[in-house]
Amino acid sequence: MSIAPIVHTVQVKAAPARAFEIFTSRMQDWWPNGKTVGKKPHVAIVAEPHEGGRWFERDAEGTETHWGKVLAWEPPARLLLGWQLNSQWTFDPDFITEVEMTFAPVAGGGTLVRLEHRNLERFGADAEKHAASLNGGWPTLLADFAKYTDNQA
Amino acid sequence: MAKHYTATESLAALGDPTRRAIFERVATRPSAVGDLARGLPVSRPAVSQHLKVLKEAGLVTETPEGTRRIYRLDPRGIAAMRDWLDQYWSTALHAFAAFADEQAESKEEKPK
Repeated sequence: MSIAPIVHTVQVKAAPARAFEIFTSRMQDWWPNGKTVGKKPHVAIVAEPHEGGRWFERDAEGTETHWGKVLAWEPPARLLLGWQLNSQWTFDPDFITEVEMTFAPVAGGGTLVRLEHRNLERFGADAEKHAASLNGGWPTLLADFAKYTDNQA
Repeated sequence: MAKHYTATESLAALGDPTRRAIFERVATRPSAVGDLARGLPVSRPAVSQHLKVLKEAGLVTETPEGTRRIYRLDPRGIAAMRDWLDQYWSTALHAFAAFADEQAESKEEKPK
């Protein structure tokens, strides 16, 4: 059984190779502020450029907060990331969902960037802890999440 | 009155391993309580109880078919659970596109 994956696409002006490069090597520059998981603001978000590479953020003091790992590194067309942040936004090496990025050339220049986050049913695994921590101090993102869910009410 | 289902409620309902197993079975194929109990090491009343929780969380619905009640996935609870992550990625990807285009433009302007 599976929950339908999350799919988003955006078109950018850059060619696939450049789009791939910006996506991977400039993560700290484009990732929205407050949408990361470390306790302190990030100064770097790193996806090591090879299969098996780590995916993490680093704060100004050098503390690394792990997000997951690189499952496939295939520039300029494809990047497969393992998202290992569970439903509490905590890194869990035993938890993994896949985020697949593809970079396809568009006629006339530019790239169609497609994101697919799948295996979402796996988030259910630690949901009890997740619910229990609702009253505790969650990182920013989870607070956003709670706010967002409430707004849906 | 239409009940609203929150992501938190849905995730909490799936926290129990047996309940998750039941949910996964229902997802594979709409089933009656008896069908579900046969494939799992839990009693029929226990399965009924889990189904009740899943139903309250908006994850399954029941429809009567003759003398049986058939359980199937309820898209509402699942939708709530996905929504927040969906929003997250939408924000992140658009931020990426804006940044990438900004880079492309500044590069184009340089030769002036």
